[in-house]
Amino acid sequence: MLKALLARAHQGHRTVGFPDRPPVLPDRLRGRPQIDSTKCPDGCHVCADVCPTDAIAVSEKGVQLDLGRCLFCPECERACPEGAIRFTTEHRLATSSRDALVLGEKEFQLAQALDKKSRKLFGRSLKLRQVSAGGCNGCEADVNVLNTVVFDLGRFGIQFVASPRHADGVLITGPVTRNMEAALRETYAAVPAPKLVIAVGACAISGGPYFGHAEQRNGAEGVLPVDLYVPGCPPHPITILEGLLRLLGRINSTCGNLPDMR
Amino acid sequence: MSADSISAVRNGEKVNLADLPPVAFDEFRETILSAVEAGAHLSALFGAIVPEAGSQRGRKAVDPGGLRLFAMLAREEEGTLTLTSTHIGDAYAALTPDCPQAHWFEREIAEQWGIRPDGHPWLKPIRFHHSYREGYDAWNRPAEISISPGVTDYFTMTGEEVHEVAVGPVHAGIIEPGHFRFQCHGEKVYHLEISLGYQHRGIERALIGGPNKRTIPGMETLAGDTTIGHTLAYCEAVESLAGCRVPARAQALRAIALELERLANHTGDLGALAGDVGYLPTASFCGRVRGDFLNLTALICGNRFGRGLVRPGGILFDFDDSRQAQFKERLEQGRKDVTNAVNLLWEAPSVRSRFENAGPVSRDTALGLGLVGVVARASGIERDVRAQFPSGIYRFAQIPVSLYHSGTVFARAHVRWMEIQRSLAFIFDQLKALPDGPVQAEIGPLAANHTVVSLTEGWRGEICHVALTDAAGKFAHYKVVDPSFHNWMGLAMALRDQQISDFPLCNKSFNLSYCGHDL
Repeated sequence: MLKALLARAHQGHRTVGFPDRPPVLPDRLRGRPQIDSTKCPDGCHVCADVCPTDAIAVSEKGVQLDLGRCLFCPECERACPEGAIRFTTEHRLATSSRDALVLGEKEFQLAQALDKKSRKLFGRSLKLRQVSAGGCNGCEADVNVLNTVVFDLGRFGIQFVASPRHADGVLITGPVTRNMEAALRETYAAVPAPKLVIAVGACAISGGPYFGHAEQRNGAEGVLPVDLYVPGCPPHPITILEGLLRLLGRINSTCGNLPDMR
Repeated sequence: MSADSISAVRNGEKVNLADLPPVAFDEFRETILSAVEAGAHLSALFGAIVPEAGSQRGRKAVDPGGLRLFAMLAREEEGTLTLTSTHIGDAYAALTPDCPQAHWFEREIAEQWGIRPDGHPWLKPIRFHHSYREGYDAWNRPAEISISPGVTDYFTMTGEEVHEVAVGPVHAGIIEPGHFRFQCHGEKVYHLEISLGYQHRGIERALIGGPNKRTIPGMETLAGDTTIGHTLAYCEAVESLAGCRVPARAQALRAIALELERLANHTGDLGALAGDVGYLPTASFCGRVRGDFLNLTALICGNRFGRGLVRPGGILFDFDDSRQAQFKERLEQGRKDVTNAVNLLWEAPSVRSRFENAGPVSRDTALGLGLVGVVARASGIERDVRAQFPSGIYRFAQIPVSLYHSGTVFARAHVRWMEIQRSLAFIFDQLKALPDGPVQAEIGPLAANHTVVSLTEGWRGEICHVALTDAAGKFAHYKVVDPSFHNWMGLAMALRDQQISDFPLCNKSFNLSYCGHDL
């Protein structure tokens, strides 16, 4: 017992200060990309050419980047001759709609809080059933890690539960493989209404690296109504946490503008 | 057997397909059986439709729809790899009755290509999809019916008070899906049957015609917790096919990333094992330290799982001196923290009593099933790609093979702990003398009509990639064998005569990949 106490003293207090304080993130983290189409040479579409998931479209309106398909890999940033695409360490990525994930012309709109009635229901106690439907265990691992002392998800009243009957919603990872579709639908059906659907990772939003494969459904959207989109491959745990807290109205300000870093 | 019937290859050595003529089936079968008898294991056994050597020179390919079986045998004691192949019709005499480790492979071959290994004792689908060849189905299912996962025959047991427990595909925790059927009498498990395929994303099939821009993300997510292990196996395969020499600095940094992946996962597993027996201090500490190791990978490349780091020709991120200093400081702290947390585990009698004797896999069983990785080493089998078939920096910097004899949950936990310590020592060693120079080399086109076998030791065990190129130097076939493919059957055996309540503990002690199996 004494040894356990000494070990406890050695290990110290390790819960992050987020959301009260800004998160500490790796300096090379590829968070939200910043696009400056004014730098694009005429007719250049090298970023779109190298993008493994065709997340980038170049038109006369400039570069559009779909975060729902983006794997946050370094390819476009490395390929761009003019630095028109640059990854920032901005971790806030979650949105309330699929369209909002497309970076380009309009201002990036972060996820909005649930309406007042839903916040009353879920705001202080949200139970989620996680379903991996073809996930590679990357998103699963970074969702799971929210339960560790580092993120201490329980302090926000959010908990992952075993039975969908005890849940207020499902959190989906993976592209929804054909072989998991029925199980996903049944799990969702078993959750009592009103219920939420949260799609975490490029796969759950768009099929991710498997987009177009006949063995999967290009994400959860065609299968279930999605309330929160958390892009990434996988999203950093802080990004997932931030999205959940935003959904519950615990983080306000939906303006997602990046500080001008030009 | 004749001298040209088999080809001795080295890990990561390309072979012209013309130098690997298919042999007669009887010879193929005999080669496998005698090699396995002599202590080799099947690293891969798969079917592929590949262009015949010579067909690109204007001659007609021999039966373009013809299927060829390839076998890759690894013999650790001698450090030799053997590749052999044969043509196959619609049926052949199954290897499994004489060679149990072919069991899963032959089910895969039957499912993918619609041929029947005659005499296979338990021929069922493993991933539940239609055959790759139209008009061929090993179970004569019509093409228009939809195939439902898990719908198949299962072992059953009858008798008074006998009961069956079915679990999954959706499990209690945040974990990938799979279906488990236990045949029990009271608490005692007589047999566990594991049915997978829910995570099947069709990656292997999509790799054909590559490499292209989608290849790397496919490799990085074959098993997302093994991003470095699989991507490294892939890169070493294509670097060999392209004749690309990877700079020494990149090789060292790749190995550091591979060992970091091992550190993070082993630490997480020890924490989860502690959690499964209700020992919360280590569960809580290790859960956090695992993240500290993942964050070190992110310090190098920005992603906790190492995505974006390893690429054909080298790595994409260098590791400057100030970053190294920060890395070493944080790794040292991680070393202290994991040592403190894990020692607590070994000193708790309640933990020892739950770990010892649980989920035993005998050495004979492990050998017979061709188990790999931590699981094999915990059953006393000296099997570690880093030691026996080293590639990259492991040719110059050895890591001792971590062994234990009992094959129990304790053994698998203990081997993980030994490997944590050795990986830490390895990384510190590498950092002391990191080679200078670039971290990336140019890589050209792949050699046409060649094959290469690439093995790496991922944190779960042996990762085997086999690439076969066509006349244009594109992938005619690409085979991936994740360590979990070998080891799921081991978990089923570990549960025999155990209490069903020990399943989570036994399962965690294997911690196998679902998507790595299902691909």
